[in-house]
Amino acid sequence: MLMRPPIQAWSEVGDLMGSIFGPGLFQSSPVQVALIVGTVVAVVSGVVGVFTVVRGQSFSGHALADLGTAGGSGAFLLGVSQLWGFVVIAAVAAGTIDLIGPGRARSRDLATGIVLGAGLGLAALFLYLDTTSSNTSGASMTILFGSIFTIDGGLVPIILGLGVVSLGTVLILYRMLLFSSLSSDMAVARAVPVRLVGIGYLVSLALAVSLSAMTIGAVLSTALLIGPAACALRLTKHPGLALLLAALIGVAVTWVSIVLAYDSFYWPPGGRGWPVSFFVVALIFTLYLLLQLPARRWASKWASRSAIIDARPAGP
Amino acid sequence: MGVPERDHRRAARGTLAEVFTGFMLNTWLAATVVAVVAGVLGFFIVLRGAAFIAHAVPNGAFAGAAAASLLGLSTLLGLGTFAVGGALGISWLSRRGRQDVVTALALVVMLGLGSLFLSLSREYAAEIFSLLFGDVVGVNRAELPPILGLGLVCVIATLLLFRPLTLSAVMPEAGEARGVRASRMELSFVLLVALATTMTVPIVGAFLMFSLMVAPAAAARSLTARPGIAMGLAVGIALIIIWLAIALAYVCAWPIGFFVGALGAGSYGLARGWDYYHLRGPNRRQLAEGPVG
Repeated sequence: MLMRPPIQAWSEVGDLMGSIFGPGLFQSSPVQVALIVGTVVAVVSGVVGVFTVVRGQSFSGHALADLGTAGGSGAFLLGVSQLWGFVVIAAVAAGTIDLIGPGRARSRDLATGIVLGAGLGLAALFLYLDTTSSNTSGASMTILFGSIFTIDGGLVPIILGLGVVSLGTVLILYRMLLFSSLSSDMAVARAVPVRLVGIGYLVSLALAVSLSAMTIGAVLSTALLIGPAACALRLTKHPGLALLLAALIGVAVTWVSIVLAYDSFYWPPGGRGWPVSFFVVALIFTLYLLLQLPARRWASKWASRSAIIDARPAGP
Repeated sequence: MGVPERDHRRAARGTLAEVFTGFMLNTWLAATVVAVVAGVLGFFIVLRGAAFIAHAVPNGAFAGAAAASLLGLSTLLGLGTFAVGGALGISWLSRRGRQDVVTALALVVMLGLGSLFLSLSREYAAEIFSLLFGDVVGVNRAELPPILGLGLVCVIATLLLFRPLTLSAVMPEAGEARGVRASRMELSFVLLVALATTMTVPIVGAFLMFSLMVAPAAAARSLTARPGIAMGLAVGIALIIIWLAIALAYVCAWPIGFFVGALGAGSYGLARGWDYYHLRGPNRRQLAEGPVG
């Protein structure tokens, strides 16, 4: 399906375009689905990710994705769509983390660790039962590392809907969320319902992470959540601009990765494409490292502006 | 590697009476060493609030094992290289960025490389499963000496650094005043985690090692605020958890990671409950959250 022969139109565009985009790239329906889903996921993850970075909740974000492994394998066991497994387990985990470890960074870190440990235990059990009951040990690979080219086209409306819910929650809560992220005490003093805002944010984080776990895999969805946001916050200190930039970086990285993964079918060792998630990670990390350079050289100009990052509450 | 096929384990399903015979003795020995190391290091992980690093280093190191199997090198070498490289990368990058962000990125890079190596190497899914989720019933006699040696080095190094590590975790400023450099302690702590990871991931898997480091130590911290006792308790709880988990996994043939995860969460819940009912009073919160200001 991925290897349709090049159609006539491509020869008119020219060999160069053909060699960049590969034959039949945009005609292939898995690629179309991948581009649509990838865009939605990248935008949602980028926007939610900015708040994740500002609030210092990268670990929660990653833990929710890892716990998606339990959800994905549980759904596989029950025979329902993986997406629902991811969503349900992420919501439950987000609630539990908030329940046992609200407040300070250190106790939240611990609570996340405990929930993650328990959830991974469940994942081990579900994956084991999956492999013994149906003898498809490849399931664990798909759940862990995802496969953006095998998403069922029928899921696209649901993914769009969940993405809109997640994005909508963050944008509705935008002002309160920003306030309580930057200065929790001030927000409490101004009668902002900090706890409620935090829960609303965790729900949208859970949704965003579930969506990206679906596409680039549970263990790598952190890349789309944290990477673009961290890069964007290196470029600008303005919160609104950071959201926009993070979404843009995420989308650009996802598109380039899909194209590269499609092309990599012809790369060594041949006959098998390289995983999309690898390209996503490689591109994002390279970008992050590149952005480190000017930050050092123009340290006075860029890094020391009155900043989201500088104004964040202290903590590990 | 010595990781058996998963069917072997099902075949090895047996009664409690057989659980101390033959190859299972190696398992008990290796698991005991792992639990001691996990308890000792776990104390500092909980004290420093470093659960993310404790998760990222073992988890990322699995990519090293995948690389080693692709290149035909020793698994231990691959794991060690990636664990130490990841640890150094995290502590180097976190000087100029937020530590949790840097940890997330380092983890993701290692995992991305791992997924690439796996997709290139036609590795069996069962092998990957056991590296991530652990398969403790697959320890053979030749693997024991390096495990024991690395475990001993790890525990001795941690105990030698006990005072400065505790001081820099609890009161960084007071530590600096006494000549304990916080950045240096950070680096040695991350390297210790890397060392422990290299040793334990082939035996118990990345996820299980993480549960075993965090949950017992967190339970111990809920029970006492005294560092020495908390560390001893963490080791004790970790030992009980892993021993029970092995016995249960052996009897009903479910994966050991599930039992470690469930028992870990259970022990933490029990400790929190005990703490809640027996330490009510003015100093309850202080004890539960530790002496950190």
